[in-house]
Amino acid sequence: MNRQLAGTGALLRLALRRDRVMMPVWVLVTSLLVTSMPRSLSTVYGTAAERAQAAATMNANSSMRALYGPVFSDSLGGLTAWRAGVVGAVLAAVMSLVIVVRHTRDEEETGRQEMLSAAMVGRRAPLTAALLAAVVADAAVGLVIAGRLAGQGAPGALALGLAVAGTGLVFATVAALAAQLTESARAAKGIAAAALGAAFVLRAAGDSGSADGESALVWVSPLGWVEHVRAFGGERWWVLALFAAAVTVQAVLAYALTGRRDVGMSFLAARPGPAEGRLGGVGALAWRLQRGSVFGWSAGFLVAGLVFGGMAEGAADLVGDNEKTRQIIERMGGQTALTDAFLAAMAGMLGLVAALYIVASVLRLSGEESAQRAEPLLAHPVGRLAWAGGHLAVAFGGSALILAVGGLGLGLGHGQGVADTAGVIGACLAQLPAVWTIGAVAVLLYGVAPRLAAVAWAVAGAALALGWVGPALNVPQSVMNLSPFAHLPKLPGAAEVAWAPLLVLTALAAAAAAAGLAALRRRDLAG
Amino acid sequence: MTKAISVAGLHKAFGRTRALDGLDLTVATGEVHGFLGPNGAGKSTTIRVLLGLLRADSGAAELLGGDPWADAVTLHRRIAYVPGDVTLWRNLSGGEVIDLYGRLRGGLHRERRAELIERFELDPTKKGRTYSKGNRQKVALVAAFASDAELLILDEPTSGLDPLMEEVFRDCVLEARDAGRTVLLSSHILSEVEALCDRVSIIRKGRNVESGTLAELRHLTRTSISAELVGPLNGLAQLPGVHDVQSQGSQVRLQADTDKLDAVLRSLATSGVRSLTATPPTLEELFLRHYTTDEANAR
Repeated sequence: MNRQLAGTGALLRLALRRDRVMMPVWVLVTSLLVTSMPRSLSTVYGTAAERAQAAATMNANSSMRALYGPVFSDSLGGLTAWRAGVVGAVLAAVMSLVIVVRHTRDEEETGRQEMLSAAMVGRRAPLTAALLAAVVADAAVGLVIAGRLAGQGAPGALALGLAVAGTGLVFATVAALAAQLTESARAAKGIAAAALGAAFVLRAAGDSGSADGESALVWVSPLGWVEHVRAFGGERWWVLALFAAAVTVQAVLAYALTGRRDVGMSFLAARPGPAEGRLGGVGALAWRLQRGSVFGWSAGFLVAGLVFGGMAEGAADLVGDNEKTRQIIERMGGQTALTDAFLAAMAGMLGLVAALYIVASVLRLSGEESAQRAEPLLAHPVGRLAWAGGHLAVAFGGSALILAVGGLGLGLGHGQGVADTAGVIGACLAQLPAVWTIGAVAVLLYGVAPRLAAVAWAVAGAALALGWVGPALNVPQSVMNLSPFAHLPKLPGAAEVAWAPLLVLTALAAAAAAAGLAALRRRDLAG
Repeated sequence: MTKAISVAGLHKAFGRTRALDGLDLTVATGEVHGFLGPNGAGKSTTIRVLLGLLRADSGAAELLGGDPWADAVTLHRRIAYVPGDVTLWRNLSGGEVIDLYGRLRGGLHRERRAELIERFELDPTKKGRTYSKGNRQKVALVAAFASDAELLILDEPTSGLDPLMEEVFRDCVLEARDAGRTVLLSSHILSEVEALCDRVSIIRKGRNVESGTLAELRHLTRTSISAELVGPLNGLAQLPGVHDVQSQGSQVRLQADTDKLDAVLRSLATSGVRSLTATPPTLEELFLRHYTTDEANAR
């Protein structure tokens, strides 16, 4: 066993050194997002009576429960756990899965692991070092949360910190498993992210259907366990054992697999391909490279749409008479007719998530360039615009496709006929100008400053955070307006579609993308 | 002589690093031109400028009569490029990549493709990452040689090929030359350069330090001679082309310009020769002299 782990310390130091910027930023953003909640919430709900009423209203409203889960305590701490617990857990999960794949499958795929493994490095050392790096990051998140929220009640703060860190570790081990199954880092991240998406949808569906969170759907989702810990609401410490159990089982499986395979190989082995190809050009190549992810996102959006669409009717039954709740839902969905408002809010959520798709898709350009696969292509009679255009067509067209499919799911799930479904699809497609604006920012960054292209993730993340958490926190409208999503008409349900913002955003997106492409034509390619 | 490539005074800096510092390079149409230099000398940077991937800071570059930056797309129809480190898409087979590259250039010869795959012993059904380095290299080589590009730009194309495949590669280059195509071959394998190249350019620190045929370059170097003589030296040291004469008793060591050897041997013969060793300049010495001059100067 000792020999299997030889070199773990050195590999861990290497991992922490490589992540010296990414990890602290992610830890701080995640933990500060959670720990800033009490102050923001106290400005919205100043008195105990207001908080009690808000809690009752939230619990009575299935769409709010779907988004955030039930409220177990109306103290400031309890509301913090309710509002930010799942959000923080999702962020910790994404951080953990990125860290683990980055230091396992990514290293093998690029061939760097080969050199490391030729040194005094045990068979299990790379996986162990990657998991320990995730433990360091998740522990830091948990510590900051527990420390900064201790004023709201030390046991609750500790429980919330442990639950968020525990979710991170659950998905760290999910990623560790996924990294054994596939040969590509991208696919491993995709599998782990799909598991996270499924956990969110299960929890949301379960919570919308039961007021106390006791639905079986919630219990199978690690994100549901975050609620079930009931931080600040009579902590149930034994729920933390679920995290420990899941982490242990998944880690044991991942170790069993990693001990049984060759470096660089996987259990889903590559099959031979055709001896002759039919790819006719760079456009066809871009589609071929990205079609798997387009299909995956479409399937995810369809399922999410069906689930959320199925909850829409429930939203109408429970009209809260709390003016604040109504205002919050109106700010997210815009309409007093709560079914429409719910559907509009869900269309908005799909739009925010589609922003992640478009950033990932646009940044394929950056990946192709830095992996030096663009260079030989561009040594052919292929213009840079044609090459980039192929990928951008998949990025911008693909975002329209997945939103349409998501809208179809919402409409079918809602089950109110063809006209209604068409309206819901339209509502989802109305998100496009904002999604495209984010995509165009990614093109601009890639064209002008390719080293900073990954900043596009921060832009999409900021839009997501504003859209998800902003409406409940009285974030000033001037700040909300920084996100392109804040300017979209609230559909379905608006009496008249406001075309002006849609057209303005589309024009802005076109201008930014054109500027990015113009810069790409003029600059040196990375070598 | 028409020129396939003509580069003069090329400068390119990356931040504070000067990758090209006034580089000159001329490649005649129809020749195989060796492009040599130590690691980091600027070979790949030059090639990437020629491919229109980098824009030079200053200087003139002309490729097949066009501007490599402005006319990149039209010029590339007439060029085939093999990088030193070929990366393939993990989920595309080698055959698919060869055909994609072929179609991008407007078609490739099916028979030549089949023939090359056989000669290089390439399995075209394997997918990107499952190829070894040498096999990835073969994918790019088959695509390049199966095209009818006028100019082949090969950047250390044989790193990773086994000796048998290296032999196939040499045949392919010679066939390309016989078909009237021009080849720019960047390489570290001196025997390969010696066997294939009509002319070579040696660059160091972003500048051209030597250009010419191998015979010309050899001519510029010296033969080292060590001899045991019967009598005293007869004015040997005063002969043109004789350097670094060291004499100790009957032993003498000297360096002689290779084109002055005849006179030097005559002079030695007049003193009576008991034994003599003459070491001709090897290609390695020739290159090493150029590669290391800088360190020597620094010392």
